[in-house]
Amino acid sequence: MALKMVKGSIDRMFDKNLQDLVRGIRNHKEDEAKYISQCIDEIKQELKQDNIAVKANAVCKLTYVSALLRRNATTPFVLFLLSSTNFGYLAASQCFHEGTDVIMLTTNQIRKDLSSPNQYDTGVALTGLSCFVTPDLARDLANDIMTLMSHTKPYIRKKAVLIMYKVFLKYPESLRPAFPRLKEKLEDPDPGVQSAAVNVICELARRNPKNYLSLAPLFFKLMTSSTNNWVLIKIIKLFGALTPLEPRLGKKLIEPLTNLIHSASIQVQKQYSISIFGKVLFCFSLTVKYLGLLAMSKILKTHPKSVQSHKDLILQCLDDKDESIRLRALDLLYGMVSKKNLMEIVKKLMIHVDKAEGTTYRDELLTKIIDICSQSNYQYITNFEWYISILVELTRLEGTRHGHLIAAQMLDVAIRVKAIRKFAVSQMAMLLDNAHLIASNTQRNGICEVLYAAAWICGEFSEHLEELNQTLEAMLKPKVTTLPGHIQAVYVQNMVKLYASILQQKEQAGEKEAAQEITQLMIDRLPQFVQSADLEVQERASCILQLIKYIQKLQTKEVPVAEEVIALFAGELNPVAPKAQKKVPVPEGLDLDAWINEPPSDSESEDEKPKTIFHDEEQRHSKHRPPEIDEEELARRREARKQEQANNPFYIKSSPSPQKRYQDTPGVEHIPVVQIDLSVPLKVPGMPMSDQYVKLEEERRHKQKLEKDKKKKKQKKEKKGKHRRHNSLHTESEEDIAPAHHVDIITEEMPENALPSDEDDKDPNDPYKALDVDLDKPLADSEKLPVQRHRNAENLKSPDTEAPLVEKKSKKPKKKEKKHKEREKEKKKEREKKVAEEEKPAIVHCRQLLKLLWFLCSQTYDIQGNLQHDSQVTVSVIFENKSTSFLKSMELNVLDSLNTKMLRPEGSSVHDGIPVPFQLPPGVSSEAQFVFTLQSIVMAQKLKGTLSFIVKNDEGSTHEKLDFKLHFSCASYLITTPCYSDAFARLLESGDLHMSSIKVDGISISFQHLLAKICFYHHFSVVERVDSCASMYSRSIQGHHVCLLVKKGENSVSVDGKCNDSTLLSNLLDEMKETLSKC
Amino acid sequence: SEDTQQQIIRETFHLVSKRDENVCNFLEGGLLIGGSDNKLIYRHYATLYFVFCVDSSESELGILDLIQVFVETLDKCFENVCELDLIFHVDKVHNILAEMVMGGMVLETNMNEIVTQIDAQNKLEKSEAGLAGAPARAVSAVKNMNLPEIPRNINIGDISIKVPNLPSFK
Repeated sequence: MALKMVKGSIDRMFDKNLQDLVRGIRNHKEDEAKYISQCIDEIKQELKQDNIAVKANAVCKLTYVSALLRRNATTPFVLFLLSSTNFGYLAASQCFHEGTDVIMLTTNQIRKDLSSPNQYDTGVALTGLSCFVTPDLARDLANDIMTLMSHTKPYIRKKAVLIMYKVFLKYPESLRPAFPRLKEKLEDPDPGVQSAAVNVICELARRNPKNYLSLAPLFFKLMTSSTNNWVLIKIIKLFGALTPLEPRLGKKLIEPLTNLIHSASIQVQKQYSISIFGKVLFCFSLTVKYLGLLAMSKILKTHPKSVQSHKDLILQCLDDKDESIRLRALDLLYGMVSKKNLMEIVKKLMIHVDKAEGTTYRDELLTKIIDICSQSNYQYITNFEWYISILVELTRLEGTRHGHLIAAQMLDVAIRVKAIRKFAVSQMAMLLDNAHLIASNTQRNGICEVLYAAAWICGEFSEHLEELNQTLEAMLKPKVTTLPGHIQAVYVQNMVKLYASILQQKEQAGEKEAAQEITQLMIDRLPQFVQSADLEVQERASCILQLIKYIQKLQTKEVPVAEEVIALFAGELNPVAPKAQKKVPVPEGLDLDAWINEPPSDSESEDEKPKTIFHDEEQRHSKHRPPEIDEEELARRREARKQEQANNPFYIKSSPSPQKRYQDTPGVEHIPVVQIDLSVPLKVPGMPMSDQYVKLEEERRHKQKLEKDKKKKKQKKEKKGKHRRHNSLHTESEEDIAPAHHVDIITEEMPENALPSDEDDKDPNDPYKALDVDLDKPLADSEKLPVQRHRNAENLKSPDTEAPLVEKKSKKPKKKEKKHKEREKEKKKEREKKVAEEEKPAIVHCRQLLKLLWFLCSQTYDIQGNLQHDSQVTVSVIFENKSTSFLKSMELNVLDSLNTKMLRPEGSSVHDGIPVPFQLPPGVSSEAQFVFTLQSIVMAQKLKGTLSFIVKNDEGSTHEKLDFKLHFSCASYLITTPCYSDAFARLLESGDLHMSSIKVDGISISFQHLLAKICFYHHFSVVERVDSCASMYSRSIQGHHVCLLVKKGENSVSVDGKCNDSTLLSNLLDEMKETLSKC
Repeated sequence: SEDTQQQIIRETFHLVSKRDENVCNFLEGGLLIGGSDNKLIYRHYATLYFVFCVDSSESELGILDLIQVFVETLDKCFENVCELDLIFHVDKVHNILAEMVMGGMVLETNMNEIVTQIDAQNKLEKSEAGLAGAPARAVSAVKNMNLPEIPRNINIGDISIKVPNLPSFK
């Protein structure tokens, strides 16, 4: 043996280690791939060796290579090595992710490591687990981690506390049971643990602050006492989230916070506070500048005034060469605009847009401009003409991705601001005329989206258009066919609208030839769209072509057609709020799923037709009618549509909410549209006009002011009431600015009785939502963490069933007379009942966890004699006090059998119990371990035991006893041991194994799942798996080899086992049969 | 997810490496790093960038200090750390980082505590390897002797000159 070891290590001397590998890769720059594949071959060889150190080295290298290549070759190997080395976990954190199916096989190994006596093994397992925890792992291991939270070593405690956050995220049910202990840890003597607990709670509270308000006093104490800056920062952030919910907190906080700021030791706080005053903003390095801006954006939310005074400084920041600072400054601008300074700010931004290098920043500027202008329903825009011209100017941006944003704004403004339509239409017509400028450059394809808006606006509001013919011709240019399909489709649709308007104009003027000319033009040009590759364009074009041909026929017969054609597009389209459809409440008694008519009904009653109106919001650009409709039908539909509009909640023109209107004039039509002073040349393409508007606006304001002053004087003289202003909320200075023309912003329509809830804004997949639970409610029974009790064959559950054990227990019939034969758990339950009657509730929740001193075995796993000598098992018991009384002086005693004996301290007799080294206040649980020695392990064992304890409450104290049974199954004597297929084959060939087999029918779960179960409950490891056949291996603590061949048939599973000891084997198989028959 | 991982690393490198020397240490607006809530915080030491991606629950200066602690810890553990140390001892660097940051959350900011734990683990590892490991270590030492050209790129003196303003953050 010794010789073998020496030989192994000599071999190892010449193996590559990680450094050699890295060096090698760096030296083989040219043929890197070849070198690496060579190394992988070597690694494969090394992995097959027995020496654990060699394997560790191999995994270490493999991890490096896979990190380099992203080739996921590691996963299967890592499994075996998780326990043996740190690298195993490093590799696991590299290559495991939620979808890795082998993860379910690791649960047992991780649990073993978690309870390892070596704190670093536990630590490494926790660190690894934090990277690849899955919902399954979280559920299975939550309880183990809970236990570790009260480990004696602070090193473990802090890691366990921190990982709980990950567990909560994956398994939200664990939050409530674990929370009391987490709270305890806030007052842990070790600063590391304390900071970890603060960290976790802050992270939780950030998402759902209201649940953590009750912790405020505790944090308050911490804040005044702690000296750890990390903790302080976290707590201050936490209070930042809590104060909005509890105003009183703010006042309380002022004092300690000022103390903190004044104490020179905390530089960070100081820098924050300094930058608040904005003065130092430019003295320090850029880093401080950045932080200053950050701080300002926070203050902005509460005290916008104080920040607005620094407007110039912030605008200067836009010139900064550092992009991060520019972006921050932009953010600030958003909150700073008012009616007064909007134009100025946007003008500055426009200058930056021209100067900006790099499309990302320019795009950011563009979106910011639009955001700023459109915020809170265009609250700050006084002159929409100016805004439209800004939008038109933005279309000249090169290579922006946000063409659709501009287009959306154009559409929105044109639809919602009626007064601006005329101007908008003229601008859009100009855009269409210059479409070649926009569409010519293929790089600018983002911007050609605006043509979509332009075409639609020109078509829909064609009554405002002056040069109808010119626009129509612009739209019929051959160049248009190079545009993207959806834009062409809108073009086709809207040229018919234009055509209809022209037709009407001409007919009214009696110019029949002109009308026929225009029809001919359409017929000549439309075929180019009919040939389009885009289906939508093709379909619309051919429909419309037919319609126009029909019109031409009528025209030659000198029938006036304009009215009918116009009627195609009668009616106004209103903006509908995006969520309107969802918010229509279902009227009582209406079953949406019921058939309105019987299914085979072929009736196409008129009532059903207008249903399409529901889709109008999306399809309004595509509404086109079949080309040939007789007049009657048309009229009837029109009637139906009107009817529908009258009844449909979407089409009831709700009176716009008062705060969104600038004047209380009753109807839209009565709005006096101020004559636009067209001193600005509208039709010069490529000329920025917004500047002119700024000037005009200034003049206008000046005039207005003068007028107002006059008025005021007059008013004073006449002692009339104050000038009525609607916006009483605005400040004096803002009040002076009246909008350029009275603007009516049509509010988006919502169903009348829609609920104003924001609930649908929340993302249902938000992982933090699940953590939004009330933490102050007392724990219910069903919320206990699932405890894996894998020794107890009766309680076996498949890893994926979540049935809490309480339910499980209650299902079982209880018979009091059979008390002693009942399992321990039922006993507890029964006890609970009994005690409840006696009003002295004292329940000990007992969990047994047999833990083998596996490290002893793995150290000397060749030497059997040694093992025989040391064959011990440890039973961990969690005592949980579920009563309201205090439990103390607990003693656990077990009636030893010949075979199994509890290890008692020297000098004590067989009848002495072992004192449990702690006392239990109500609601607390704690774990104690007991060691048992075993003679033979071939048989399952049951031991009877008693727990005696003293219950202390207000009325005094009483002595209580609790009987239980410990069940040592054969599987609990097995240790998961990896084995390689060649070694496995040799073992089978050796022939000194006894054989036995079982067969279980009616198995429905997947084979993978089945194997996982066997691995989990019976401590086997998979050696090899081929299709639905797998060989598995395990070892007992006394060195018995156990080999299994598991085959899955149609509905059955057969297990052939081989083992040194036939009794052990048959017992094991019996246990397995029980497990499997429950699947 | 591995592809996105690589993409994130590439994008981060792309963003950070083209920034000037004397701009601020914060970077926002990466497309891949998870939206507006997240930002990159980095420090530049000689040829190396240490980049942390954090969300709004972390204090910016706190993270800057954490990077400093990390670099100083590396310096202590490797005795005058250099770029090649990080290349050849990925596993150790990873281990040190794991002592500071766990599953995306800051675990420990006290440098002495970290160094103590790392030392203890190294000692344990050596004693575990014991006799069997000795010859391999000897060979490895010999191999390393052939590499006199390892340049020592970073020295901690440089670091302390560059950021004298930041207070220590223990």
